[in-house]
Formats: sequence, structure tokens, C-alpha cells
Amino acid sequence: MLLLVAPALVWLVGLIVLPHLELALISLRARVAPRVYELSLSQYRTFFDEPLYWHTFVRTAAMSILATICTLLIAFPAAWYIAKIAHGRAKSILFVLCLIPFWVSETVRTLGWMILLRESGVLPHVLVALGITAAPVEMLYHDTTILVGLVYTSLLFMVVPLISAFDSLDNSLIEAAYDLGGDDWSILRQIIVPHAAPGIAAGAVIVFMLTLGNYLTPTLLGGKNSLWFTEQIYTQFITRFNWEQGAAFGFLLLVLSTVIVWLGLKLTGQRFGDVMRRS
Amino acid sequence: MRQDLEVDGVSKRYGAQTAVDALSFSVAHGSFFSILGPSGCGKTTLLRIVAGFLTPDVGDVRIGGRSMRGLAPNRRPVNMVFQHLALFPMMTVGENVGYGLARRGAARAEIAGRVDAMLKRVGLPGAQDKRIDQLSGGQRQRVAIARSLVLEPTLLLLDEPLGALDLKLREHMKIELKRLQADFGTTFVYITHDQSEALVLSDRVAVMNAGRFEQIGTPQELYYDPRSSFVAAFVGANNRVSGRAMRVGEQDVELAADHGLVLRARMRGQIAAGQTVEAFVRPEAVDLARDASELSAAAQHFSGHVESLLFDGANSAVLVREERTRVDIRIALPQTGRFTDLKVGEKVAFGFESQHAVCFVAGDHGV
Repeated sequence: MLLLVAPALVWLVGLIVLPHLELALISLRARVAPRVYELSLSQYRTFFDEPLYWHTFVRTAAMSILATICTLLIAFPAAWYIAKIAHGRAKSILFVLCLIPFWVSETVRTLGWMILLRESGVLPHVLVALGITAAPVEMLYHDTTILVGLVYTSLLFMVVPLISAFDSLDNSLIEAAYDLGGDDWSILRQIIVPHAAPGIAAGAVIVFMLTLGNYLTPTLLGGKNSLWFTEQIYTQFITRFNWEQGAAFGFLLLVLSTVIVWLGLKLTGQRFGDVMRRS
Repeated sequence: MRQDLEVDGVSKRYGAQTAVDALSFSVAHGSFFSILGPSGCGKTTLLRIVAGFLTPDVGDVRIGGRSMRGLAPNRRPVNMVFQHLALFPMMTVGENVGYGLARRGAARAEIAGRVDAMLKRVGLPGAQDKRIDQLSGGQRQRVAIARSLVLEPTLLLLDEPLGALDLKLREHMKIELKRLQADFGTTFVYITHDQSEALVLSDRVAVMNAGRFEQIGTPQELYYDPRSSFVAAFVGANNRVSGRAMRVGEQDVELAADHGLVLRARMRGQIAAGQTVEAFVRPEAVDLARDASELSAAAQHFSGHVESLLFDGANSAVLVREERTRVDIRIALPQTGRFTDLKVGEKVAFGFESQHAVCFVAGDHGV
């Protein structure tokens, strides 16, 4: 039986566990002379001493949480419609529509956004033509633009677990609640959300992790102002060739995502195992 | 007598299919009313119209004398027990029972008190904090009824709630349901495809077929005096013989079956000589004897061979193949044990009085 999971295990150990161990070791050393290193926490100290770093760190976390919430708010009614209201062909077409953005590579998709939103792009011109703005407005390089891009990229990963959660909800529960005098709000709060909670949590965990670790979307849509933490890691590794600092940042990001996911599950009373079964 | 439910000329069509066809009936206060019919006869549609989940194309539903037109389910003085009960698995038993009260804005202490009293009445005292999955099938049933009755509805609708239970529990729940209804005095409207449930539980039963009521009456009336061949065939076990009316008397019809059997039966509706007819005779209305001389002189006599023995305790019967025509007739075995030594292939005599058989024009649904 172990043979069945062996390929996945090799993959996991070889590509995730081993590099991370290596990174952990790198992050804990400091270069004192060419090719001479010693054990040190100085990379982690730099992070706390330099306001830009932890400012970016907190900002990335906050934006990711915001993006997750926005994704949930948009995906919830859409998933409800697909699971409970649409039937037959319409249902599968709507589902495929959620999938279609992923037929195009992320780079091309994001460049598409840039063509639409840049100052000389399609949308600012449409706004001028409609008389809404006097001159073309630069719509790129705003936080809102980053958020829109992140939500767009994440939608599918929220919609899928939500649809499966809603599909498993017996319609007669809603009818029974309605019959007993419940209104839409109380049914949403007391029947639908508690039932879908593991699905909601699963979608939120996936979307949050994807968003937090996203590099391309914030960088392209946010430009220099994006201040995304993955960008800092990239800079350390590639531009500055400071692997020690990059490795430390990587580990800080790992800790951050673990803590936030743990907190989120704790606050909503979900168990990690239940949630992962739903996703 | 106050009528808790009055249905007035209600119809509902789905495309070309008429699910409910111009139905009118009323249900008296405090009674147990069943709608009995095969699946697809429109009984669920009718129930959902009364509950408010569907809007009738025409007609009106009045509950407690008040028209329900345009009133949503959560505003009607009606509650429903769903087929699979639809208890809320995310809530405790107490929260399930208290849900409706909380939605009405009752105070927390009042809800707790009424939930407690209601659970005591249905025989589940102190079950408030249990989870739904900790309850047995019968207990869930009681919670589902408690959850509705705590709101003191004018009418309780039940959508085949016993359908999912196993036989033993179903028999038990039948008695329990009847006791609960008598206890609370709430008007129950119960839909089922199981004739035994309808006969045992109800004060009155409507037999439904293809969107219409074939007959409304007490269980006894349906059983002993069916008004259509559909009712005769659907309610209780019955032997059906189809053939042609030979001689039509004032009350009797003499019928020649397609395979040559000639018998006399009570006439129902208008029958002319030569018409295609169907006669029904109940297994327990047929007398069985080893010798024709033991049968009543008033009865019409036949003879045949035992084809098979169907032992089922109190419902035991024997299938007898009539001598000349080779028609199989089901005959109930008397409980005296007189025929326990009956063998397959044995020659027997049987007979029944013409008044114990009924005859309808074939395909005539509803009188």
C-alpha cells in the first residue's frame, strides 16, 4: 500500500522538505568573510530592524486577508447559483466559465489586465468616451488594482469547495427552516453558513495561501508600489544575491501563513482535518 | 364542525401534465386526514400548495377560514413534517425544537420552558442537548413533530414521514403518530402511498389518482364500499376479474370473465349489458371448504385446486386455480387453523355471496 503513495512521498521529500531544510540552514548563517560563514540570527534581526521589511510583511498579510474576504463575498452567491439554482446544461456551462481564465497562462492573463487598465489602455479611453472622466486615468499601480487581480485569480479556488458544500446541503432543510418561520437572513446564518463552514474554510485557506505567495499579479499590477513580500524575497535571492536574507524572509512567510491559517480556523471553530476533506 | 382546511377548486399544471386537477375538499378541525395515492398522483404537489411552497394556477386554499393567497410558507399557520424529517444537523435537539419560537422573537426563557414541556410531551424529556445523530429513527420522528407542534399550528402536514423507516419501527410509529394526534388534537393532513398507514391512522382518507380524488371517506367506507375500480384495486388486497356484463339486474350484474368464469357482483354506477366491466372480491370475503356442501347456500360456488400456499401469520392466504377457467383467486385462510394441513394440488371448493363482490365499468375512475 505504501507503494501507492511512494511517488508523491519522493516528490514531497525531494522538492519540498529537503530544500526547506537547506533554506533553514542558509537562513541561520552569516557571511563573515568570502566563503566563511558562522551561525547567526542576524538575517532575522535585519527583518525587525528595517521598517520597510516588516511593513511590507504586515501589508502583504492584510491585503491577502482582504483579498480572501472579497473572494468569499463574490464566490458565495455565484457558487450558490451554480449549486442550487442552475440546472443541467446551464450548471455545467457556468462551472466551465469559472474555469476558463485558467486556460490562459497567468502571465498573459495579467498582461491582459495591464492592457485594459493602463493610462493609454482600453478602460480609461472608454471612460473618457462616456464622459465620465475628462482625461484618461491611470488605473494600474493602485492597491485596488492588485486586489481585483488577486480576487480574479482566486475565484475558482473558492467557488469549487463552496459548490460541493452547497451541493451536499439538503434543500428540505432550507424549506423546513422557511416553513418554521425563518427568513432569508436567519436561514443563511443558522443553516447555510454552518453547513458550508468547512467548505468556506477550505476555500479561504487555499485562496489565502495562493494570494500570500503570489508574485506575478501584485508585481505586474502594482508596479513598484506593490510592496509584496514575495517580491522582497525575489529581490534578495536574484537581485542582491543575498541568499541568507532571502531564506530568512521565506521562513518568515511560512510562519506567517501558518499562524494566520491556524488563527482563522481557531476563530471559526473549524478543524484542519475536516476542512481539508472538503477541499 | 369547524373546517381547518378548505381547498377550493385548486389546479396545478406542469407543461402538458396536470398534477392537481380542480380539487375541492375540506378537513374538519382536530381530525386526521390522509391523502393516499400512488407515486406521481399529485399528492406531494397538493401538499406543497397547502404549505405554500407552490402557488396553484387557479383556486384558493383557506386555513382556519383565512385565505392563504399570496402568503409565504413562513407566514402560514401551517407546519410540515418532511419526508426525511429535515432536522437541522448543525443544531441540538433543543435548538431544533426552539427554532420556530426563536424566529417569532420569543424570549430565551420562554423558549427554554416551552421546548422542555414539548419534549416531555413527546416522550423525550431532557433531550435538549443531544445531537441529532445521537437519536434513533423513532426519536428523530418525535423531534420533527415536536419542532412543528411547539408552534401550535392550525394544521400539521406530514409528507410520508414513515417512508424511510424499517417495517418494525414503522408499525410502532403508526401507533405513536395516532396517539400524538389524539393527544394534541391538532388537525393532521398526511400523505402516503402506503394504504395500511392511511387506513390505520386516519379519520378520513382521500384516494388520489392522476390529480383527482377518486373517493373521500372513512377507512371502512373505502374498504367495504369502494366507489371506483381504482379504489377497489388500490385499497387493500383484492381479486380483480375483468370481463363483459351479461345480465344487468336491479343491483346485481352477472359478468362473464374473458376466460369464461361467470360470477355475480353488486353493481356500482351505471352498467349496461355488453359493457366491459371489472369485478373485485376481497380474499377474506371468499369462503373456502374441502367440500361444496360446507359452503353457504346463498353463495355462488366454484371449485379448484390449491396453486400455492401463502403463509403470513394473520394474513395467510391460499391461491386457488379455478377448475374450468384456470383463473387464480386469492382466498384468505380463516384464523381457526382449520386449513393448516392444506396441501398444494388439493381439490377445494370456494364461494362468495354476490353482495361481497363489486362490479364497475372498466376504466371508470370516480363515481
